[in-house]
Amino acid sequence: MIEFDKVNFAYEHGETVINDLSFRIGDGESVGLIGANGAGKSTIMKLLLGLLAPQSGRILVDELAVGKKDLEAVRKKLGFVLQNSDNQMFMPTVFEDMMFAPLNYMISREEAEKRVHGVLEKLGLQYLKYKYNHKISGGEKRMAAIATVLAMEPEAILMDEPTSALDPYNRRIVINTIKDLTQTKIITSHDLDMIMDTCSRVILLSDGQIAADGETMDILSNRELLEANHMELPLSLQKR
Amino acid sequence: MNKMEKALAELGRMDELAMQESPVHKLNATAKLLSTVFYILTVMSFDKYDLSGIIPMLLWPVFMYQMSGINIRTCFYKLRIVLPLVMAVGIFNPLFDREPMLQIGSITISGGVISMLTLMLKGVFCLMASFLLVATTPFDSICASLRRMHVPSMLVTLLLLTYRYVGVMTEELAIMTDAYHLRAPGQKGIHVSAWGSFLGQLLLRSMDRAQELYASMLLRGYHQHFHYAYHIPFRGKDAAYLIGSCAFFVLIKWFDVSQLIGGLFV
Repeated sequence: MIEFDKVNFAYEHGETVINDLSFRIGDGESVGLIGANGAGKSTIMKLLLGLLAPQSGRILVDELAVGKKDLEAVRKKLGFVLQNSDNQMFMPTVFEDMMFAPLNYMISREEAEKRVHGVLEKLGLQYLKYKYNHKISGGEKRMAAIATVLAMEPEAILMDEPTSALDPYNRRIVINTIKDLTQTKIITSHDLDMIMDTCSRVILLSDGQIAADGETMDILSNRELLEANHMELPLSLQKR
Repeated sequence: MNKMEKALAELGRMDELAMQESPVHKLNATAKLLSTVFYILTVMSFDKYDLSGIIPMLLWPVFMYQMSGINIRTCFYKLRIVLPLVMAVGIFNPLFDREPMLQIGSITISGGVISMLTLMLKGVFCLMASFLLVATTPFDSICASLRRMHVPSMLVTLLLLTYRYVGVMTEELAIMTDAYHLRAPGQKGIHVSAWGSFLGQLLLRSMDRAQELYASMLLRGYHQHFHYAYHIPFRGKDAAYLIGSCAFFVLIKWFDVSQLIGGLFV
């Protein structure tokens, strides 16, 4: 369970980004965080991961407060797929990148290798195992980045624009992969069609507050609501 | 592919070299690190006029390059920017030290020339040994070895992040250089008027990316330990390699091998 309770956050230069925000995400839920640029989506992710600290309010992950005391335990529960996979894949090969987190969490090398094999097999990425990160394509890198996070066996997966800069074929592969994940998912994206395919619930943000929270189709088919928040209907719902 | 992208590809190839399989690659990282440090210290300890004494020190890197399957030319190619700087060390010695030291036929060689050559060789040998270490050992394993030798974690992390930062900065530089040239066709290099903003932007952009990269490390359990680094345990053959290498360096340092070999013929 992930909970934001009256969270407020402003950057040092004073601009308030998150304004008295409260919501709960249950285990196994798939939630899309959408909103215009600057609505606070990425900030929510950073707050949840403990990369930023709120000025007030509290954030809980499975009853653990996101703060100095339990930060390591919280981070162990959360896997984060960055928008720019180049920043996520810093080891020489895909295999070493996937081993990075399990070994840091003191899992034996044998067990970690088992995990990595399992994830690669599940995602059909065995062919990438010993490939050098600087030699794989953007689509492969994105899939490998998801694999590195799955190798952590997190309870919840956070994704920042997982389909950005991908061609339609690779985008579909990523969407199908996300759909198959059983963990709690929080996805921020402007790709509303992808959100429609992968999330059962959507939280629409505006100026650091919740403008709407509900079932995906209810929100994504509401033209007035979306347009009032600088968005538009998903392409698949737009009349030609 | 612009120059920066080529540099980036070369950085990537360093990782590939370090992942190869050879007897040298399979040695324990600490053994390699210590032997390299000892080699460098030995090379540096030679007197500036001891040209004949230092030449046999070349045998160790040549042998190790052979064993590792890495071509020495690769080393000189990768270090082509640094080598001239190293070679330039002592370049003025012949001007300041004109005392005759050696006579070969009618040619008199001054102490300055000898010391210049010795300094050049010292620099080249040290670079060869350092390159060999990096080309046969993953960088994370070197950092893990440093930690095992109780080098402060802050220092080791700084070293690791600098290594990662070079790649990030080069990537950003490649993107910015492309963007610049697309809007300044026909211009060679970057005009001096744009240097300030270009460098400022480069710094800001690469810092942003470096921060994200570090965050990605933290979020996957990194806390200044190197549990994830590939570790080959220190075995008997590593000890033998370390002791053998060091003994070889000491032997060359104590006995002028060139003079001994020369003595056989004269």
